[in-house]
Amino acid sequence: MAQLTYREAIARGIAQEMQRDQSVVMIGEDIGAAGGVFKGTVGLFDEFGPLRVRDTPISEQAILGAAMGAAMTGLRPIAEIMFADFFAVCWDIVANEIAKSRYMTNGQVSFPLVIRSGNGGGLRFGAQHSQSVENWAMMVPGLKVVVPSNAVDVIGLMAASVRDNDPVIFLEEKALYASKMDVPDGEIVDELGKASVLRQGADATMVALGNMVPRSMAAAEKLAEEGIDCTVVDLRSLVPLDVTTVLREVGSTGHLFTVEENPRLLGWGAELASIVAEEAFYDLDGPIVRITTPHIPLPAADALEDMAIPSVGRIVESVSKAMNA
Amino acid sequence: MVTSATAPAVFDLEARLDLYRVQLTLRKFEARAYDLFLENLVKGTSHLSLGQEAIAAGVAAAMRPDDWTFATYRGHAHTLARGVPMTPVMAELLGRTNGLMAGKGGSMHLTSVEHGVMGSYAIIGAHLPIACGAAWSAQYRGTDQVAVCFFGDGSVNIGAFHEALNFAAIWKLPVVFICENNLWMEYTRTSEVTAVANPAADRASAYGLESIIVDGNDAEAVYAVASAAIERARAGEGPSMIEATTYRHGGHSRADPGKYRPDSEVAEWLAKDPIPRYRAFLLEVGATEEQLVAIEEDVTAAVERAVDEAKAGDVPGEEYLMKDLWADGGSSWRN
Ligand SMILES: Cc1ncc(C[n+]2csc(CCOP(=O)(O)OP(=O)(O)O)c2C)c(N)n1
Repeated sequence: MAQLTYREAIARGIAQEMQRDQSVVMIGEDIGAAGGVFKGTVGLFDEFGPLRVRDTPISEQAILGAAMGAAMTGLRPIAEIMFADFFAVCWDIVANEIAKSRYMTNGQVSFPLVIRSGNGGGLRFGAQHSQSVENWAMMVPGLKVVVPSNAVDVIGLMAASVRDNDPVIFLEEKALYASKMDVPDGEIVDELGKASVLRQGADATMVALGNMVPRSMAAAEKLAEEGIDCTVVDLRSLVPLDVTTVLREVGSTGHLFTVEENPRLLGWGAELASIVAEEAFYDLDGPIVRITTPHIPLPAADALEDMAIPSVGRIVESVSKAMNA
Repeated sequence: MVTSATAPAVFDLEARLDLYRVQLTLRKFEARAYDLFLENLVKGTSHLSLGQEAIAAGVAAAMRPDDWTFATYRGHAHTLARGVPMTPVMAELLGRTNGLMAGKGGSMHLTSVEHGVMGSYAIIGAHLPIACGAAWSAQYRGTDQVAVCFFGDGSVNIGAFHEALNFAAIWKLPVVFICENNLWMEYTRTSEVTAVANPAADRASAYGLESIIVDGNDAEAVYAVASAAIERARAGEGPSMIEATTYRHGGHSRADPGKYRPDSEVAEWLAKDPIPRYRAFLLEVGATEEQLVAIEEDVTAAVERAVDEAKAGDVPGEEYLMKDLWADGGSSWRN
């Protein structure tokens, strides 16, 4: 058992897979000797060398195109897009090439690759370095989307993503890089498409993702003091989506709150709300409430960014208001 | 930059007759495919290489079976030239289950991994970085395979082209880029929107690639430069750019009669048609009229057989719709 930060867990998860499988290789900007701009790959260059941990020019289309071509010819690349906002400059490779090619070739090619990226706000980086883009990825058929909320999940879900034979968008929550937890020694391998129930309550179910998970847990503690006993579900992956767990947990409380960092329109909670409305309508005892970032680019000033991203206070307030209505 | 000299005489007559057969197959296959469009049996769009066959044929002859081809939406010729049988290609155009991809890809996305045809891509420029990735994989695994990537002259002004060239050069990747310079994008002359005279070759030398211009209507000349570039790549000496000058006989795609091009220009290029030109050359170097006629009759019959076999294929049923999004064969996104 050791205390690890979320950022250290990234390198440990990748190292675990690179030690096991020579076909796992990494490419990205500044990931080598520099250890990545978020220090998520520290130590990997020293351990695996420049042929397996390869620095690239600032060429996002080349990075992801190369990952795709390598994946279809026998490698299992892990590519890094430094900030998730930068997906916009290489989205063709993601959405048109990687995501569609297996289907359109009737299964002739596979893309066992992982694209890691620093996602979301909280670092006061302003609009072009802070967006939560999980909903961009979720709406593309052919992509799996994983967003871990803690260090143990980072390792286990990284292993599951690298071993998966489909392309996985692996979003690392920038606001959580410094968060710490005890991590067991030895190999950790998890499974994609399984949500975790982190807290069980009788009154309301909050479903959260990534950085919104610890905030939802903190909100649940406060709500308990007000007498509202909440279940907290950490979705962990958007595709595959663990609908079974959500329906079960909503069924047992009768209330669904989604806690989302992505901007409002077509955030993942909208899909979840639609599924629950269609399949568990009669289990509901009140309206479904989505707690999201407003439909705006993120401002840089700390005061404004804190207002935009759902905070513990806003989660408590929204749940409390709906439950007391 | 190098402008290629005449090809060295590396071909014996048998190899030359083969090269003739391949070019003629591409020609007759596509001419027949065009008829089927007009009969509305082939739906959607399609882009023919009529007039450009010498490039696909010459390059394919220089490739090893385990090398990889990356093509564009104008990819029938490049796919067939690697030895993919005509029936599954024709059936793909017709949208039948005996098609290469059971009708799920269509004319613009022909792929046959078994033959090293790693896909045909319809977003301009996108497959240049992808070809780099395959080349990177060969380099990393030490397999000495080479990735060959075809694209048009209009593709030199999109970002992916530039990213890929630099990337290939700095990693010394075993990739050969082949620009089929047919002078036109869709309806605009590439020279009107491109700052340099040789759209691919001039740019490639700036990125540090070996850059070669060749007569793309001469299959043996193409073969010669492609062999040299592929062997260079295989030997770990890095990427090359071949700019092959050619002309498409028809419009950009099925719907386009190509009327924006001056008649005199079309006439000038029809006179340089690679196939009659190669036929005349073959007679000069010892082929007999009977040999050539036999090949021509053979190819015509083979194309007709492929059309019949393709038409006999089933129309895909619903079982094809939801399969093969994921590696587990399905398309489920939830439990
Ligand atoms: C990114 C992108 N922009 C535009 C198009 C539409 N388009 C398809 S083919 C084409 C012309 C391409 O010309 P060129 O590269 O010379 O190839 P050719 O068709 O002559 O083989 C255009 C503009 C596209 N498919 N992708």
